[in-house]
Amino acid sequence: MFTGEQVATLFTELGVTHVITVPDSTIGKWGEALERTPGVRVVRVCREGEAWAVAAGLHFGGATPLVLIQCTGLFESGDSLRNVVHDWKLPIFSVIGYRSYLNQDTLPGDTCLVFTEPTLDAWKIGYKLITDPSQIGVIRDHYRACRAANRPGAALIAEGKA
Amino acid sequence: MPLTEAVAVVHQLRRDDDVVISSMGNAREWMAMGPLHPRDFVFVPSAMGHATCVGLGLALAQPSRRIIVLSGDGSLLMNLGTLVTVAAYSPPNLVVIVFDNGVYEVTGAQPTPGAIALGVEFTTIAKGCGLSSIHRWSTLDDWRRGAENAFAARGPTLVVLDVAPKPDAGGPRSPGPTAERAKRFREALLDSSIRRIRDYPIGD
Repeated sequence: MFTGEQVATLFTELGVTHVITVPDSTIGKWGEALERTPGVRVVRVCREGEAWAVAAGLHFGGATPLVLIQCTGLFESGDSLRNVVHDWKLPIFSVIGYRSYLNQDTLPGDTCLVFTEPTLDAWKIGYKLITDPSQIGVIRDHYRACRAANRPGAALIAEGKA
Repeated sequence: MPLTEAVAVVHQLRRDDDVVISSMGNAREWMAMGPLHPRDFVFVPSAMGHATCVGLGLALAQPSRRIIVLSGDGSLLMNLGTLVTVAAYSPPNLVVIVFDNGVYEVTGAQPTPGAIALGVEFTTIAKGCGLSSIHRWSTLDDWRRGAENAFAARGPTLVVLDVAPKPDAGGPRSPGPTAERAKRFREALLDSSIRRIRDYPIGD
């Protein structure tokens, strides 16, 4: 979908200071470029629920964190996401890999396709679905709109394999 | 040792510029000790087990400020991996205090799996995760004697305190609307910190 360099450039442009992440086979490939990027610090956590709470602490401390996880990690994140985004109303933005969206060769019948978007809807996270590299500007615009409105948001990145 | 007195030691030693994050039963005790400081974060409501994660984020964002997290054994068991994350980024300004009573106190003192398993040794786990500033105290006198040095040590520091449960004390009540509290807490931290974050060494 995107190269690490493209994502690093985007995050720098958006003023992201910390990327809190658990990798998958698509978004994980961005890590090296992000780690080389001045002004962006990658924080690798053990599970996705942690990511939201670490991001909350960073936000309280004046940083501009972004959560970068796969949709399976979104499922794992539930209570932490609820607490950070809804109890405390913190405007944390996330970029979420959408497993098997582009093809199901590795995992035929992958239930990520069934549950990912309804889960985001259930958690009331406004998201944009990104299915083509030409849409990088959609992420930029959505991020900026969320920041301007002081609300959370997500970019859902279509992935082609598990 | 009694929980109230154990928490009071922290209350007495906290510096004006420290951040204190309290949660679950210890938040109830903390709030009973007097007016909240602008840099107190009563993590109620919480996602259980995530006070340490919030503290880690704060410690990374504000490296010149000491961040003290008050947690419990049940909370830590829900999120043990965070000790690994803390060790990985090793913020020297982070102090995590675990009040270990062997039960989920705020729900009526049901035993944690750690207590059923004949007592989990959190200090050993922490050492295995890569932490080195680790302390455990079982008596209030020992905690009082050791607390100052524990707070002064280069962190991240984990302190485990054996405390007696207060099964009838109930859970903590939120001290006010969360959105307002979050806004005020952030404002109390941001007087000069934006520049510090940009200056923070990357990848050290």
